[in-house]
Amino acid sequence: MTAPLVDIRAVSHRFGQQTVLKNVSLQIEPGSYTILLGPSGSGKTTLLSILGGFVTPSEGKVLIRGEDCTTVPPAKRPTTTVFQDYALFPHMSVGGNVGFGLRMQGVDAATRAARAREALALVGLAAAFDKKPHQLSGGQRQRVALARALVVEPAVLLLDEPLGALDLKLRRQMQDELKAIQKRVGTAFIHVTHDQEEAMALADHCVVMNDGRIEDEGPPERVYARPATRFSATFMGESTLISGAVTEAKDGTITVATQTGSFSLPGTLPAGMAVALAVRPEHLVLGAAGGAIRLGTAKVSDVVFQGSFKRVLAASENDPALHFIARVPAAAVVQPGDIVAVSCDAGDVILLTG
Amino acid sequence: MRPSTVAKVIRIVSGLYAVAIYGFIFLPVGVLVLFSLQATSFPIPPFTGPSLRWYDAVLADTRLTSALVNSLLVAALSSAVAVTLGFLSAWGFARFTLPGSALLRGLITLPLTVSYLIIGMGLLVLFNWAGVPKSLLAAGIGHVVINLPLCFAIIYSQMGDHQINIERAARDLGAPEWKVLLLVTVPVMAPAIFAGFFLSMTFSWDEFVISFLLTRFDTTLPVEIWNLLRSGLNPKTNAVGSLVFAVSIVLVVFFELMLLRRKPA
Repeated sequence: MTAPLVDIRAVSHRFGQQTVLKNVSLQIEPGSYTILLGPSGSGKTTLLSILGGFVTPSEGKVLIRGEDCTTVPPAKRPTTTVFQDYALFPHMSVGGNVGFGLRMQGVDAATRAARAREALALVGLAAAFDKKPHQLSGGQRQRVALARALVVEPAVLLLDEPLGALDLKLRRQMQDELKAIQKRVGTAFIHVTHDQEEAMALADHCVVMNDGRIEDEGPPERVYARPATRFSATFMGESTLISGAVTEAKDGTITVATQTGSFSLPGTLPAGMAVALAVRPEHLVLGAAGGAIRLGTAKVSDVVFQGSFKRVLAASENDPALHFIARVPAAAVVQPGDIVAVSCDAGDVILLTG
Repeated sequence: MRPSTVAKVIRIVSGLYAVAIYGFIFLPVGVLVLFSLQATSFPIPPFTGPSLRWYDAVLADTRLTSALVNSLLVAALSSAVAVTLGFLSAWGFARFTLPGSALLRGLITLPLTVSYLIIGMGLLVLFNWAGVPKSLLAAGIGHVVINLPLCFAIIYSQMGDHQINIERAARDLGAPEWKVLLLVTVPVMAPAIFAGFFLSMTFSWDEFVISFLLTRFDTTLPVEIWNLLRSGLNPKTNAVGSLVFAVSIVLVVFFELMLLRRKPA
């Protein structure tokens, strides 16, 4: 087994009284695209700063290529960062910006220019070499920042909400390009975002963070289909959460009692345990001919047409605390005020204990 | 009266008021410059010029010309030192968390409120005690004392958080700290640095009290003009005064250009 490229071991960090990272361990594989996903205040940016060397963690270690880098300053680390505000040098040309890292390594001017041009070509900005940063658009500055960070061939490229300042259309476009560039150069990317769509589109490995902890990590397909905790079930895509408790457990089947009924599900949890059932919107069936798990009736409170589908919000008639989020075909006839039966298949129910 | 007539009257009155204010400020200088062009020996009406004979006299006077060179040297060197120290302290205060930062910042700008006479006397006592002779160097040090707070205040006010990431980026790409300062912070801060430099030069250029107290044989232009004035008014003093004023104007224009030059977003 090969050693991980980056090994974060039991890192905790405090700013004054406030603990922003709580015993976080994470391994990054070479050539992978890792997304740190979480709401603001979840510690994801602090973790990225620790990787970049801008923050020294209060506890724990960071190993990069097997070497302890915990206290190594940014200049001496094999990492580079693409900053959220790009942080281009405003007084230098684009070529000067991209060549800066090589200049610090003592590379001669001619080689520097050639490699800077190559890096700019990689991000599709070959023509911008002699321009100044202020002459470029936001998306172009973003690419320059990317080229500047990649040209020094870092072991790990760190991206701090790189698409945050771009408008939606440009963001989706840059997202595709980022992925393509990452595959072409083969460098490990670690990318911080709070946008779950961005996370699903880009990540090989998705790390969901909340309140200084890693809630869940794995391939985005797995994190979406089988979230490990309530938080990741609601942050990475939407879910309807139904609280309940295990009342019976035998032969790999458990019975979960909730306010809206008791259900038999595959599982091995002990009786008496509090659990939550999560169902993705696309798995909820509205109307009579439904799945095996009958979730009672609900009153539709809102219907939002979203092009290819309708998003339906409905309040359970059995449990006032329960709100269903469902996704139905665009052609479905459903209106606010309708009373509908809600059901789903047993296989689509995600059993959460966290 | 109709409202438009009232508005017209108000406009005329405020116009006159503005003329009076600017006249009050600039009339003395205007008179000085006008009588520097006097053709006869006394700078009193009636005006007999224009003539450049007194400017010729100033440029032929080696005491005045060497004082002028001294003044330029003291102004340029002391401003360079003041702006360097001011920049470094502004950078330190902006980038590092220092104990008692607000108090220390207050102390560094405090000399702005102290009269030049007090600063000059203090330095005179100190230099006497330390055995530093009265000289242009001593006056230059005095000018650093009065201009450093000014440079600090100008540069500190322009040192925003948005440059922090730019410096970080440089460090991230392998730049040692001195290269971060030299290749990134200084160029990014250049407008404020030049503004501080030119304003310092302006103040040093026509500073009198400190130079008067701290120089002896070689001295600066304002002190030399004062020597000249002791023998009474003549158009030569007006001519040299006009030259001083012209240089100040040039320095202030540079200062304004630097400070008001907005960086493209």
